[in-house]
This record gives sequence, C-alpha cells and structure tokens, in this order.
Amino acid sequence: MSFISYLVNGISLGSVYAIIALGYTMVYGIAKMLNFAHGDVIMAGAYVVMVAISGAGLPPLAAVLVAVVFCTILGVVIESVAYRPLLNAASSLAVLITAIGVSYLLQNIALLIFGANTKSFSSVVPVPALVLAGGRLTIAGETIVTIFSCIVIMIGLSLFIKKSKAGQAMLAVSEDKGAAQLMGINVNGTIALTFAIGSALAAIAGVLLCSAYPSLNPYTGAMPGIKAFVAAVFGGIGSIPGALIGGILLGIIEIFGKAYISSQMADAIVFGVLIIVLIVKPTGILGKNIQEKV
Amino acid sequence: MKMKKAISAVLAATMAMALLAGCGSGSGSDSGSGSSGSGETGGSQEAFRIGAIGPVTGGAAVYGEAVKNGAELAVKEINEAGGIGGKQIEYKYEDDEHDAEKAVNAYNTLKDWGMHALLGTVTSAPCVAVGEVSQADNIFMLTPSGTAVECVQYDNAFRVCFSDPMQGLESAKYIGENGLAKKVAAIYDSSDVYSTGIYEAFVKEAENQDFEVVAAEAFTAESKTDFSVQLQKAKDAGAELVFLPFYYTEASLVLKQASGMNYEPIFFGCDGMDGILAVEGFDVNLANNLMFMSPFTPTSEDETIQKFVTDYQDAYGDTPNQFAADAYDGMYAIKAAMEEAGVTPDMSSSDICDALKDAMTKISIDGVTAKGLTWEADGEPSKEPMVVRIADGDYAVVE
Repeated sequence: MSFISYLVNGISLGSVYAIIALGYTMVYGIAKMLNFAHGDVIMAGAYVVMVAISGAGLPPLAAVLVAVVFCTILGVVIESVAYRPLLNAASSLAVLITAIGVSYLLQNIALLIFGANTKSFSSVVPVPALVLAGGRLTIAGETIVTIFSCIVIMIGLSLFIKKSKAGQAMLAVSEDKGAAQLMGINVNGTIALTFAIGSALAAIAGVLLCSAYPSLNPYTGAMPGIKAFVAAVFGGIGSIPGALIGGILLGIIEIFGKAYISSQMADAIVFGVLIIVLIVKPTGILGKNIQEKV
Repeated sequence: MKMKKAISAVLAATMAMALLAGCGSGSGSDSGSGSSGSGETGGSQEAFRIGAIGPVTGGAAVYGEAVKNGAELAVKEINEAGGIGGKQIEYKYEDDEHDAEKAVNAYNTLKDWGMHALLGTVTSAPCVAVGEVSQADNIFMLTPSGTAVECVQYDNAFRVCFSDPMQGLESAKYIGENGLAKKVAAIYDSSDVYSTGIYEAFVKEAENQDFEVVAAEAFTAESKTDFSVQLQKAKDAGAELVFLPFYYTEASLVLKQASGMNYEPIFFGCDGMDGILAVEGFDVNLANNLMFMSPFTPTSEDETIQKFVTDYQDAYGDTPNQFAADAYDGMYAIKAAMEEAGVTPDMSSSDICDALKDAMTKISIDGVTAKGLTWEADGEPSKEPMVVRIADGDYAVVE
C-alpha cells in the first residue's frame, strides 16, 4: 500500500514538474533560449492568486484566471523588454545572463512587496481527498487535480500545435527561423505567443504547486524551476511529450529514491539518473537528433 | 570611440572617488578610536557603546528584526533607570543580511564607532565568522541566538540560547522522562548545521532513554516541499511521535501533509518551531498535536514576561518572539556583568572584555527566558528547558 502511495505522490510531484517543464521546453524549442526566469513567473502567479483571494475576495477559480492573465502579460513584457533586443546578439550567452538577471529582478520585487516571510498558501482546490482501501491509502484532492490538469494541458497543447495555424507557425519557427520568416510567418509574434502560453502555464503550475505544498515566499519558484529544467532536458528539450515524460519520471525517481534508497540521497539520485541518461542519449529521452548541415 | 572615452572617464572618476572615500573613512576611524583611547571628556566618553548585528533584510530578517527591537527596548529601560553604573548606553544596530562576510563588515563598522561590547550576532554562520575577528580584537560578545557550537568557541564569547546539541539532548531527555512515546521518528534537514546538530545529539541521547528511534529521515534545502515519503515511512514504522528539529516554515508543510494522510502523531520541535502560529494563512488547528522546546512563551503569566510583552507590543505593535526575548535578556546580562566588573566607558574595549569574561560567570539574571540564568566560563548558559504545547491555536507552557 505504501508503494501505491509513493507512486501517486511521485506522479503528482512529477505532474507539477511537467507543467513547468513545458514552459522551458516550448521557449527553448522556438526561441532557442533558456528562460531561467520561468520559475519566478510561477512565484508571481502564486502571489497574484493569494492577493486576489485574500485581498480582493475573489472566488478561487476567478483568482486563478486573474493570475493566468497577469502571468501572460508578464511573460510577454519580459520577452519584449528583456529578451527580444538580444535575440540577434552576437553571443547567445547574453540572453542567458539576461534571463538570470530577470529571475533575480522578479525575486527582489516580490521581496520588496511581500517581504521575506514565508506565507501559508490556502489551497484553492475544492476537491476532497480520496480515501481508498479502508483508510490505508489517502490521495489528496490536490494530487487528483494536479494530475488531471497536467493531462488536460498536454492534450490541449498537442492539439493546438497540430491543428491550429499559430501552432503550425510555432513548429515552423522551431525548425528554421529564417525559412519561416521567408514563408511569411511573423517570427517575433510567434515567439511572443510562445512566451504568453509558457507564462500562462507557469501561473497554473504556481497555483498547483502552492496548493499541494502550501507555502509561498519570493524564492518558491527557484528550485522547482531548476528541477523542471532538468525534467525538460531529461525528456528531450524542445519536445512537448518529452516534458511530460521527463517531468513525471523525475517526480517518480525522486520519491522512490527517497523511499527505497535514502532520503538524504534523493537529489543525488535524481541528478545521477540525469547524467546517465545524457551519457546514453545526449538529446534526452525523446530529443531529436538533428544533424548540423555544413 | 567617443563613447568609450566617456565611459573610461566616468570609471576613472569613480575609482578616484572610491579611493578618496576609502581614505576618508580610514582616517575617520583612526580619529574615532584615538579619541576613545585618550579618554577625552567628550559626550561619547560618558556612555557605554554597545553594538548589535543581525539580519534585518533577506531570508532571516524576522530574527534580526526581533533582536533589534528586543535589545532596543532593554536599552531604553536601562537608560531610563539610570544606565549601567550611572553611565548611559549608546546602542547601534548593523544589518548583516544573514551573510558571514557582511557580518564581519558590520563588526568593523561598529569597531570603528568605538564599540565596548557586542550583542550578536543573531544567526549562527555569521556569528562564527564574527567570533574569529572579535577574538583577535579581544572584544566581548554575547550572542542572543547563535546556536552553533562554534559560536562561543573562544573565551570572549557567550550565548543566551541553548546550543544545538543541548537542544537535541534536552529534547530526547524530555520525551523519555515524560514517557511521551515508545516509538519515535525523526525528520531532519541534512543540509543545515542547526538541524543536523540537534538531530545527532538527539539520536545519541535516545540510546539512554526509554524509547526507540524507528525511522530517521532526511531532506535537503533543495527538496524541502515534499515530505510525503518521510511521513509515510514514519507512519509505516508506527511512530507515535515525530521529532522535527528544523524551522517552522518547513514544519508547517509537514503538519499539512501529515493531516492530508490522516497521520496524527505528537510532533515535537525545537526553538526553530517558534513562529509557526504567525505564518500567514496557516491553519492553526493543524498544530494542535505540536510541542516544542522554547525558552520563551509570550502567554506566560509571569509578571516580568507580561510586562515585557506589553511594552514590546506598545513599542513595535507585534508580539515578541524568543529572539526578542533572548536579546532583551542579553542586554540585561551585559549590564549586570559590566556592573559586576565595575568597568567604565573610558576603559579600552579589550580591558572591558577581560573584566567581563570573569564577571559573566558570577552574575545571575531573572529574565524573560529563564529565572536564575547563569553562565559557565565556556560561554554556555545554564537554565531549565521549557516545553510549550499548542492548544486551541495558542501557546501553553507544559511544566
């Protein structure tokens, strides 16, 4: 029974990683940059939900919508102010460093507005816990909603990319930016849209993360952000199903490592597995092996 | 090209300014220490200069803020009552952002100001760093809340709080002697000195006590949101009590997740647990099974404590926590030791330090964290541990 409980917890944790990893992987796939501020957008989203519920008295669902809108705007603003002027810069390092800068900027703004104190985040999930096997197995409502949301988002996103015009444009830009532009695709617009979607997902991830693990401070997004980045690399950065598989595997490995090997070694195990996967398959589990044409 | 020239001109100007500023502060400090050494009859010579260091910004700001206020309140009271042996106290507080390097800078600023004794620093890692330099300068330091063993490794350093191993030892003794449980699980932060220090002493003492540690699980700063595995293991091992030697932020998550899996053991924490009821939005009912070792309870009916709590609330609009209480007692301890030693503000800080080292072991304080608080020459306080149980969302002292 413990095994099933660990498995469910692992999938739940992994689902949060997967939703965050989507933001990394989409932005990387299309803009070829690592948006290290992604984790902090999660934190911003969680704060917006908290303020909307406790400050403005909105119902939880409306608060989540407000956060999604806020993060979408935030993502687009960050992209146009901080990243776009640098996308054609000589060194791709410039954007990377800027992203780290934006990350610290967001953390410090949150520190100024909300202070360093950790606040307890009251769960916005109204679903009651599921008690199975005569009370021996309890699955929290947050877990159910997290896993469910993750599945819905994945299906929605895959359909969007396959069926819609904007989605096709994204695929085209990710294949070859220059050629896409020649075909009449608005490359800047497509990149902005990617940031918008990634940030909206970050808002949802923020709400789910803070509902499952109810504490919120200006650094809340940092560590899950890094873990999700690992998940994205693990699954194959740039690949959307890869983010899902990478996220969930990472969650399960982390929980099982803690449960059956050593709780002290959990992170070492997670990153050890990452190293092995990258040695065996450098592009990640579902990564495409694109050969550079000379 | 022009642009580059302009930039280099600006850079050169900045460097020149920095050099000048460096000289300025250097000469300023020289004249400062010179005047205190020569024993002028200036206004500052009539007062003891007591400095304090702690974080008032950054992640540990809550602690530093409390110490700042607690010490300030004590200084105000002491000055109103006539000061230390008739001399007033000048009090200056410097921020260290819970960073060892910044703490040493803050210490140097205070030294240049002519500090006679230091109340600080608040957090362990900066305290160890400042301990090194204060030992070299032979300036007396009393940390209100630095719990790491190394904080008081030199003979010029004392502390008001219990050390980490002491807390682990006392916790194990308390659980054993009061028969709280037969099977105990421990969860600790293996990436944190404070948590590991308590945990190791706890496990060691547990061998002498009438209970068994059935599960010992760790977590690290990198994965401190998910405790489901650690709790599940404790539950499977049948632990009736879970020992949580870490800070209230993570503990609030542990309590939430335990209630989510219908696991209701007794939870037992250390002084880092203090503050859990003040976490914004925390459901205090989750803490009803929680006990922790704390040197200070604001709800105590003791007269001294009640007066302290009321005055503190009037002055800062907040209920004092143990850090404020430690600082308040610390300031009174410095006063008592200075009076015991009969030092005067015109003595050098090194002479004062030598006198205080001896005087600290002779005084006894009836403060807000303990009655009859005394010190050993090794810097450790000697006092009775107090255990607090949370009931109906409020603190209650367990005798």
